[in-house]
Amino acid sequence: MSEAAIPSSVKIQPPPAELERQPLVLNKRGLGWLSDKVAGVAEGKAPGWWWMAFIPSVLMLGIGFVCVTYLISTGVGVWGLNHPVAWAWDITNFVFWIGIGHAGTLISAILFLLRQRWRTSINRAAEAMTIFAVMCAGLFPLIHVGRAWLGWWLLPIPNSNGPIWPQFRSPLEWDVFAVSTYFTVSLLFWYMGLIPDLAVMRDRAKTTIRKFLYGLFALGWTGSNRHWSNYEKAYLLLAGLSTPLVLSVHSIVSFDFAVAQLPGWHTTIFPPYFVAGAVFSGFGMVLTLLIPVRSLCNLEEVITVRHVELMCKVTLATGSIVGYAYSMEFFIAYYGGNPYELDAFIYRATGPYWWAYWTMITCNVVLPQLFWFKKVRTNMLLVFILSITVNIGMWFERFVIIATTLAREFMPSNWGYFIPTWVDIFTFVGTFGLFLTLFLLFMRYLPMIAVSEVKGVTPQADPHHPMGGGKLGGHH
Amino acid sequence: MAETPKPYGIVAEFDNPADTMHAAERVRDKGFRKWDVFTPYPVHGMDQAMGMKNSKVGWFTFIGGVTGYITGMLMIWFMNAFDYAIPVGGKPMFSPIYAFPPSYELTILFGAFGSLGGMLFLNRLPRLHHPLLKNRRFTQVTHDKFFVVIEASDPNYSETETRNLLESAGSKHIEVVEE
Repeated sequence: MSEAAIPSSVKIQPPPAELERQPLVLNKRGLGWLSDKVAGVAEGKAPGWWWMAFIPSVLMLGIGFVCVTYLISTGVGVWGLNHPVAWAWDITNFVFWIGIGHAGTLISAILFLLRQRWRTSINRAAEAMTIFAVMCAGLFPLIHVGRAWLGWWLLPIPNSNGPIWPQFRSPLEWDVFAVSTYFTVSLLFWYMGLIPDLAVMRDRAKTTIRKFLYGLFALGWTGSNRHWSNYEKAYLLLAGLSTPLVLSVHSIVSFDFAVAQLPGWHTTIFPPYFVAGAVFSGFGMVLTLLIPVRSLCNLEEVITVRHVELMCKVTLATGSIVGYAYSMEFFIAYYGGNPYELDAFIYRATGPYWWAYWTMITCNVVLPQLFWFKKVRTNMLLVFILSITVNIGMWFERFVIIATTLAREFMPSNWGYFIPTWVDIFTFVGTFGLFLTLFLLFMRYLPMIAVSEVKGVTPQADPHHPMGGGKLGGHH
Repeated sequence: MAETPKPYGIVAEFDNPADTMHAAERVRDKGFRKWDVFTPYPVHGMDQAMGMKNSKVGWFTFIGGVTGYITGMLMIWFMNAFDYAIPVGGKPMFSPIYAFPPSYELTILFGAFGSLGGMLFLNRLPRLHHPLLKNRRFTQVTHDKFFVVIEASDPNYSETETRNLLESAGSKHIEVVEE
């Protein structure tokens, strides 16, 4: 006999309740309920809290607009930049925003390839966050060049100077390609994911203008299985393309520093360390945005405590990688025997920027360790506060890398210190205005959860599950 | 003389994915060619139930990616070594090493356009007018209903027999949709 029959005297107990895996959508909600719930956020009148968030965001955006106008019309001297610290808040903010974008692609692409089905309730919002963060990031190098109207010289476009082409030996030019590709591919991936959900919005629309616009952008999607087959293949391929893309983008950003000769920058650990830091900060921002959103929009059944916990675990893992990188950097500075390198690191930790260095260590290495405790991971207020400290820490990381290195070069005659001006500060505030304005508009007009994808991970969607009409039952 | 509207096909509504899949298997076994299943989300296993082959989107991605890589390498060689060569530190005018990062990014960029464009091309989208989109009941396909549609242009199509087939497959609502 090939199959060992279980004797009837043995009673099989169902597994204890605490071992049951928490469902991704709570309370066995149906497919239609998901459409109603998610699309409902983007329908009807804007709630009061939305206006309370939107108005300050637009004001912040306005402040940023004033600062950028002042900068472009006057010159980069309105920032606190000096010689030797010619890169400071601008490039710090650039790397900060680019890093935040990385969680969106990690969730949408890498977790998709790893078949982490919990990603479906958060990927849409995270991808939107990526696109808006990359927009904020792209602003900084553009205005930092001084004559922003000549920014198109960065692109390989014929010009009247010969033409003189971009210098492709420079990592700064690699960055132009990396960041613009990242933005474009993220936008394509996001839009492709939106097509079936725009069809959901189209079929629910009440007014002519909504019917027209959602219908136009849904491209005539019918939910045909012949279409789904090509769609799923394209989605898989885009995930496969986005994975090496996201790893390359922050690697190339780190080349901006690592290819230079300065002590503190010229190190091979930078690419993996930057990528881990980027994912860490991105998950911090996803948590900062989604924890208030899930309760304000009553989406606790779709973005569950389990989702928040899993994101906390990713934050903990990447935060620990970052902590490891900090200590390894210090160890190699000592062990490598290069006096300039060692001096740069001692200066970081004990020099005039010590407060930035220790803020970074506290926020990035020490505080995320609290995520080891389930009590912390399930306490939404604590997670929210810790997600903000993660982002503070990651901003300081970039500031420490950029400003302290430039402030202390090889020659003492070339030493300096950076103090931001009000324009530095309010330009940064302005990018938060841009980011939040775009995110709030996204929430109001587009389905902020991938409805069709979440439907696909419910038991009702499985033709082999009893809730999906399956006759035999059981998991598969 | 008013033209009589031509039938587009028979639309059968189902409530759950399992019944839809069994209906699809029966339609497949009857040898229909011009028919489709419509679902609110991709139902896994439906491709086999419909007897479909693997999607061809991968070819578009591949061609896009190869084009992107070659474009990057040729562009950088042309710009930095051929058209306006700038000597830097006595290094060779062109090297695939420094040209690699931008070419790598262009591989991904063109590959991504190939994937999305290929998907849209193979699906013949955008197509903003479709007979099914005019049907009121069919709008539930993006909500929670499942549909099997057999087109009138299929050689095996017959209004009564096809209707009987779908009825016996368990559909509770069947109607003929016009062009």
